[in-house]
Amino acid sequence: MPAFLERLFTNYYETAAMILFGIGFTTLLMHRNLLKKIIGLNFMDSGLYLFLAAKGYIAGRLAPIITDGNTDPSRYVNPIPTGLVLTGIVVSVSVTAFLLALTCRLYDRFHTLDIDEITHLARKERD
Amino acid sequence: MELVQNFPFITIVFSLTCGVFCAVLKGKKARGLCLVWLTLTTLMSFSVLLYTLKTGEYYIYRMGKWNAPWGNEIRVGVLEALMATAFSGVMLLSLLGGMHHIFADCEPEKTNLYFTMCSLLMSSLFALIYTNDLFTAYVFVEINTIASCALVMLKSSAKTLVATTRYLIMSLLGSGLFLLGIVILYGITGELLMPSIAEKVRTIFATGEYSLPLTVIIGLFSVGLAVKSALFPFHSWLPDAHGSATASSSAILSGLVLKGYIIVLIKIFYRVFGLEIIVSEQVSWFLFVFGALAMILGSVGALRERDLKRMLAYSSVAQVGYIYLGLGLHSELGVTAACVQILVHAITKPMLFIAAGGFMDVSGGHKSMDAIAGAGRRDPLGGLAFTVGALSMIGIPFFAGFVTKLELTAGALESGTVTTVMALIAIAVSTLLNALYYVPVIFNLFSAREQAEYKGLRVRYRADYAFATVAFVLLNIGFGAFSEYVVGAVRQGLALFGM
Repeated sequence: MPAFLERLFTNYYETAAMILFGIGFTTLLMHRNLLKKIIGLNFMDSGLYLFLAAKGYIAGRLAPIITDGNTDPSRYVNPIPTGLVLTGIVVSVSVTAFLLALTCRLYDRFHTLDIDEITHLARKERD
Repeated sequence: MELVQNFPFITIVFSLTCGVFCAVLKGKKARGLCLVWLTLTTLMSFSVLLYTLKTGEYYIYRMGKWNAPWGNEIRVGVLEALMATAFSGVMLLSLLGGMHHIFADCEPEKTNLYFTMCSLLMSSLFALIYTNDLFTAYVFVEINTIASCALVMLKSSAKTLVATTRYLIMSLLGSGLFLLGIVILYGITGELLMPSIAEKVRTIFATGEYSLPLTVIIGLFSVGLAVKSALFPFHSWLPDAHGSATASSSAILSGLVLKGYIIVLIKIFYRVFGLEIIVSEQVSWFLFVFGALAMILGSVGALRERDLKRMLAYSSVAQVGYIYLGLGLHSELGVTAACVQILVHAITKPMLFIAAGGFMDVSGGHKSMDAIAGAGRRDPLGGLAFTVGALSMIGIPFFAGFVTKLELTAGALESGTVTTVMALIAIAVSTLLNALYYVPVIFNLFSAREQAEYKGLRVRYRADYAFATVAFVLLNIGFGAFSEYVVGAVRQGLALFGM
């Protein structure tokens, strides 16, 4: 097996995360349906969180909550990546909510979810 | 620790609090609170600026007094304080200048939310200016995005809804790339505070390991933030969003929001990676070429536009190009020019948008070139402000815009032969195009061929609009006249910046 393929398979979490990110990014960029764009956004963010969570975990180690008085740092993992994932989830929930609310208002107004058609219809309207 | 050292933290956190209060107050009271708070932040930022100029050093403010690897910190130097002062002052004047538009354009029960969003935006701008932590920067970039999209959307019409959606989608793509950059960088270095990352990045770079990831990271940061700050090939969302929003929103978005992201990019380039790594990674070419293209093609877009506000929006694309051209020169002079241009554009473009809002008042709410013919005679103060702004954009001496062109040319002359020639051509062509689209507008504004229905209309000045336009004009001329002090402060600031 070529060396780079082997590297992709050993770091399969990171590989999967990047593939998810790519799928989400292209969906958000290219897809015409607003709802699918929003799903793409969530794919993209999930990919990033998977990447962070995978980077932050070392097999066999525990979350740094000391219960038995053992403070040996080699027993625990760094809690910061998990904290970053939580912060990131909060951010992506709020932008998803905002985008969904916008989509609702656009649908009420134009009765379609196709962004190109909406842009076309809005050009014709005078404000 | 002196009292004045706490001010940056206070401006960030209490702007958030001010936003929360505005959300529960009625429109008029929210306006009062927001304006009083913005006046205070301007004064506080100014006192921080005086303090840093006096001591001539930067200082680090630790949150909750936790030390480096655990705590979060903000870093305050001359440049940061200067930007913060300028931004909050411009925010205040932009709100004042478009105040009656805000009350006319928003639904009555939602006016207070406009001020909520302005406070949140101000808080995120302060945080982006001061923060020394990459993940904090990401969180505030997102707050900035949401608040600025909401500012576009609060004028409820079909056009603004569509513009907001497209703006939000492009911004989210940009933030996705930016976050990916942070995540990979964190994966390599294991740090989030800029000085700690810088230390590790230097070690990694010296060993030659991870050279591909480093290039990818710099690329991700550049593209992500370039999308958000509307660098040329990614600018398609900008004219719709800035052209259709209410006057204050356009002023704030064009003048301030775009710059917030660029400041983050400058920090990442020169505080995290350092000049040496950036130059060796060849990103300079990407920014330089697209900056030059933006200067020319943004102006061409403006030349073709028959709608005043969309023309100004395209002009912003060109002006952002100047900033990136300065950054792309990758010398101290180039970055100085970029920082000066951030300040110049922040005080000039809002003036033009506020004046455009004034012309719409005396032209039946229309903003096409035919409707605003003679609007400068009907609204002389707006006409004066627009003329000063336009002359500054063209780069006439004694106005602010001239200072940028001077600095940028100085930076270009110092760089290699090819870049010098390309940069000088871009500056010359862009200046010519600026003159080609701004001068006809000035003539049109004062022409006697007014449309019959608006003829003889005289504006009844409101105190806030008159104050804002006069203050903007004085600010612009003052900047041009005393440019050596500002440029000196920027130089001193950059020296403290860790370049």
